[in-house]
Amino acid sequence: MTELAAGTIARRRTGRGFIPSIHGWLLLLPAAVLLVSFTHWPTAATIIDSFFSTPKGARPAVFVGVENYEAMLDDPIFWRALWNNVVYCIGTIPASIALALLMAVFVNGRLAGRGFLRLAYFTPTVLPMIAVANIWLFFFSPSYGLVDQVTALFGAPARNWLGDPSTALWCIVVVTIWKEAGFFMIFYLAALQQISPRLAEAAALEGASRWYFFRRITFPLLMPTTLFVLVNAVINAFRLVDHIVVMTRGGPDNATALLLFYIYEIGFKFWDTSYAATLTVVLLAILAAVAIGQFLFLDRRVHYQ
Amino acid sequence: MARIEVDSVSKVWGATRAVDGVSFAAGAGSLLVLLGPSGCGKSTTLRLIAGLESVSSGRIRIGGTDVTDLPPAKRQIAMVFQSYALFPHLTVAENIVFGLRVRRTGAAERRERLARVAALLGLDKLLDRKPAQLSGGQQQRVALGRAIIAEKPVCLMDEPLSNLDAQLRHEMRREIRALQQKLGITMVYVTHDQTEAMSMADQVILMREGRIEQDAAPAVLYAKPATVFAARFIGTPPMNILSLGRKDLLLGIRPEDVILGDRGIEAQVESAEYLGADTIVACRVGGELALVRAPGRVDFASGAPTRLSWRRDAIHWFDAATGRRRDDVTDAPQDLIRETIA
Ligand SMILES: Nc1ncnc2c1ncn2[C@@H]1O[C@H](COP(=O)(O)OP(=O)(O)OP(=O)(O)O)[C@@H](O)[C@H]1O
Ligand SMILES: [Mg+2]
Repeated sequence: MTELAAGTIARRRTGRGFIPSIHGWLLLLPAAVLLVSFTHWPTAATIIDSFFSTPKGARPAVFVGVENYEAMLDDPIFWRALWNNVVYCIGTIPASIALALLMAVFVNGRLAGRGFLRLAYFTPTVLPMIAVANIWLFFFSPSYGLVDQVTALFGAPARNWLGDPSTALWCIVVVTIWKEAGFFMIFYLAALQQISPRLAEAAALEGASRWYFFRRITFPLLMPTTLFVLVNAVINAFRLVDHIVVMTRGGPDNATALLLFYIYEIGFKFWDTSYAATLTVVLLAILAAVAIGQFLFLDRRVHYQ
Repeated sequence: MARIEVDSVSKVWGATRAVDGVSFAAGAGSLLVLLGPSGCGKSTTLRLIAGLESVSSGRIRIGGTDVTDLPPAKRQIAMVFQSYALFPHLTVAENIVFGLRVRRTGAAERRERLARVAALLGLDKLLDRKPAQLSGGQQQRVALGRAIIAEKPVCLMDEPLSNLDAQLRHEMRREIRALQQKLGITMVYVTHDQTEAMSMADQVILMREGRIEQDAAPAVLYAKPATVFAARFIGTPPMNILSLGRKDLLLGIRPEDVILGDRGIEAQVESAEYLGADTIVACRVGGELALVRAPGRVDFASGAPTRLSWRRDAIHWFDAATGRRRDDVTDAPQDLIRETIA
């Protein structure tokens, strides 16, 4: 008797649960369709394409196995682009995060005109990358550019900053830091405002210096933000190449060719779509590995409220 | 042991006079309560003593030293914040010894003092938890632990019990008072709860709009309120203030001092509220309402006629114009004397 009753209830519950779940699925459908057709399917297609040859005229694509990957390993420009990207990451990520944190702590304090400062720091972020690149193109131009005019005051000779393979990549690094620090600052600023001023007062009563308070309290409490910013910074380091298109086009001598820029050149300049797909798969793998690694290793050391 | 002296201190923000010419002193090893309604300047006064705000004028001395221009760390004080201000990512133990670490106290001594404080506050089993894993009362104890481990002679508390339920609040009240007496701390304790003030304090400062309304021991505050405001702020239900047709004087009489019976002023019962140990009876006297606390359960029909009387020494006289207490009214008007029992 009880079993029977329980069975009826269970059946009724599933019966009732079916209609809402259909509703749920229907509501999800538009987003799901967009996601599948513009994100998941292209990803899958890219992976498949990387195992085929590039179709040329009447010649259709044929399955070539890992041939594209073998070609990639023998491609010195690929290695150059990958190495450039590593240098670019190391050059931009820690510096822009540190600068963002510094600016956020600075404008979070009680100082006159901080509203203006916040705006000033944030301005590079709202400018389009193309515009930013053009501004810096002028700064770096030989002899009459801002950088050379300043160094000339100290008697340094004129230099072609963007034309010299030894300095070109570092110029790009500087532009990126300038562009990204303000953006990351906003996240730090939002997180800093969540920290109760009572904590600083409690620490001040105990005689903690501002640096001690930052080291023991502020910085650990900002760890979730740092993790978030770090992931974004890494993704951006592989994703943003607009300024390279404007400033150097990967030159001189591939000194500023980043991975995504190289993919763009292969795909849309040389129309070698399979090789571009192969390089894209590598890029995706790198990003996935970095993201998973960050969340797995850093997550444990982060305090979430 | 340190005496705290606050000497004509003011704090002005634009047009707000948050604290307005306040002077008082807390004796060494005593518990002083700052009491008053919301926004009267209690927290501001406390923060001025702590050095978290700077005074607009006046001086503050702690243990004989003028600390007015000293930073908080140099004032030899500990403080418990209303919100506890615990560091959310540190364990209970790390929160408590935070100050010792700042001051580079040796590890052995740190451990020993932590053990002592944890035992005192019953925190032994919670030392490895994070603040988010504690109940409100436990968090409060951690905040208290952080304050007392410093062994500072002065401890300031800003409504530390306001987030707790009645039961826990009652317990913590006794614990804090016991601790304060045991350690001989000079404590300044902010609250807007008169019961808390009455039960804990050696001395109560009643504030109103940035000024001191009365500075007295709890018993005096209850027995001899200096103003109508003080009279109505202390005691539940508050003191009845009746004009009884007079223009220059107000008569104050506590609900528990009014006797319901067949003698005295004529009145009509409006309502009776049974509270368990006693009943609060609201009576209409002329055009005014008077509350009477009658012991036990008293049943009255609404509109029933009754009479109110009181002992002569239970009367408080106040000046109708200034609201200040008048102890010089010895020959009370005949028609009022008539209603009192000699
Ligand atoms: N930083 C500030 N700037 C301007 N006005 C302030 C500031 N802090 C407090 N005040 C004002 O000073 C007055 C006293 O505030 P205070 O915080 O001391 O009140 P309180 O007695 O502690 O009240 P509560 O019981 O609600 O905590 C209030 O009118 C308040 O608005
Ligand atoms: Mg307050």
